Amino acid sequence: MTGLRADRVVRRAGDKVLVDGVTLTLRPGETVGLLGPNGSGKSTLLRMLAGVLAPTSGVVTLDGRPLTAVGRRVTARRVATVEQHAHTQTELTVREVVALGRVPHRGAWTPATAADAHAVARALERVGLTGRAGQSWHTLSGGERQRAQIARALAQEPRELLLDEPTNHLDIQHQLDLLDLVASLPVTTVIALHDLNLAAMYCDRLLVLCEGRAVTEGTPAEVLTPALIERVHGVRAEVTHGPGHPVIRFLRPADRDGRPAGEG
Amino acid sequence: MRLRAPLSAGAGLAALLASVAVAVTFGPADISTGDVWGSVAAHLGLGGDGATVTPLRDGIVWNLRMPRTLLAAVCGAGLAVCGTVMQSLLRNPLADPFVLGVSSGASTGAVAVVVLGAGGGVVSLSAGAFLGALLSFALVLLIGHTSGGGTDRVVLSGVAAMQLFSALTSFIVMTSADAETTRGVLFWLLGSLTGADWGQLLFCAAVLAVVLAVCLGHARTLDAFAFGDEAAAGLGIRVARTRLILLSATALLTAALVSCVGAIGFVGLVLPHATRLLTGSGHARLLPAVALTGAVFLVWVDTAARTLLDPREVPVGVVTSLIGVPAFVAVLHRGRRRT
Repeated sequence: MTGLRADRVVRRAGDKVLVDGVTLTLRPGETVGLLGPNGSGKSTLLRMLAGVLAPTSGVVTLDGRPLTAVGRRVTARRVATVEQHAHTQTELTVREVVALGRVPHRGAWTPATAADAHAVARALERVGLTGRAGQSWHTLSGGERQRAQIARALAQEPRELLLDEPTNHLDIQHQLDLLDLVASLPVTTVIALHDLNLAAMYCDRLLVLCEGRAVTEGTPAEVLTPALIERVHGVRAEVTHGPGHPVIRFLRPADRDGRPAGEG
Repeated sequence: MRLRAPLSAGAGLAALLASVAVAVTFGPADISTGDVWGSVAAHLGLGGDGATVTPLRDGIVWNLRMPRTLLAAVCGAGLAVCGTVMQSLLRNPLADPFVLGVSSGASTGAVAVVVLGAGGGVVSLSAGAFLGALLSFALVLLIGHTSGGGTDRVVLSGVAAMQLFSALTSFIVMTSADAETTRGVLFWLLGSLTGADWGQLLFCAAVLAVVLAVCLGHARTLDAFAFGDEAAAGLGIRVARTRLILLSATALLTAALVSCVGAIGFVGLVLPHATRLLTGSGHARLLPAVALTGAVFLVWVDTAARTLLDPREVPVGVVTSLIGVPAFVAVLHRGRRRT
């Protein structure tokens, strides 16, 4: 069994069940979208996949071995995470931020090697920030900051990349740019998304969560049906199947069989 | 423009050695640089039979000014390193070596020994301060851990411990001390290198060497905390374990320093910020650099403290703040221009 896999993982916090028995197997190179409303367990599932959070029960495995046995450092050389919103008060250049991705590859006392420098340069090149490498990270725009974080993740040289709503704070142009970049990366990607249309455009496969449970799984065309959108998100939508991927058009709540807005 | 690493390291070391050599010549007794070298060379057995230096001058150099100046260097380096690590680890620019209540715990321990005679005369003021500091730190870790263990909780626990031990110190002084003891304790609380001797120096230097090595070994780990605990964990850092090791190491060093010289403020808060402007935020360069700047800074501040109002002495903690606050304001202004 190669790759990253969550097997019936459960995470509880007090009485609340955040993730309830979700299984997810990743195929090499695919882009998997995690969908679901706020609080459906997307972030918690991603954190368990990254090994940052331990499942209450169930297990996350990397090439068949539980993450706890693989160890934090070795996991970080394989699995990289990009958070929703990165923030620091530390004064760092873009290159220094990207070089953080080499931390799991370097010993405590060993100076940076040519391989480290090469990985950082390649990551900067890939996200188009080579020209900004010497600049302060704080001078970057929101979209550029997220690209710098993706470059940092790429410097880890992962085979699995986990992204938690990376486009949340971006305008539409930068959302598309970022997802184009992510989809072009030669890694297996799991990405939590809010926007169903973006998910339909960029993901090979979707896993829909609701209240911590996996509701359905499949290609965007299989998953994104009016019935599912109504059931999971509580809104009505029309789905048309254009060339390539489905397109979702949401309907105003007032259109719901004459029911007034705000109900249901 | 950032300086090249080997060049700036060499310049820093040279500045430190020169500062120590020159600072030792300052003071009421007229001592020349030649006397200093003569005395040091004689004691280290580097030729020079001591005949060139009178026994009185030799005593002033070797027994009074040398240990004091070197202790100032060690304390400056130690406080600056602790402040740097605390600020990075707790992601709080206002963190300093005393943020976890170590200094107030030390004060309570010292006061308990001096005023109440705790320890039956066997335990010295320094030992009492050291135990008080470690007790306070243990309390902070316990509260922080039981309340969830996040950085904010740790900082808030430190503030709580600081208040508690300050109150205890005041209570003991108010109820039990006479005027003479109060003055002595107050002087120590503000920080003073007056009582420096070779024993204190060796103790502090040994703890500094160990803790600095531990921190340098975690330099990359400290870099990884820039974007928070979660991001550090994503980079393969065992966050809770790392935090415990580094907090304990810095608390130990702070306790050792405070037990010898009292709570010298501001060095640990300001020097890290000032040094970052020179070296950038990477800890592999920042930590050695901040140790050097802290050492040079405190050597000169202590020299000022013991000579400015000669023959009276100003508590060194008062001078660090008087110099440190304007310096801090200048640093803040420079920081504003940069961003």
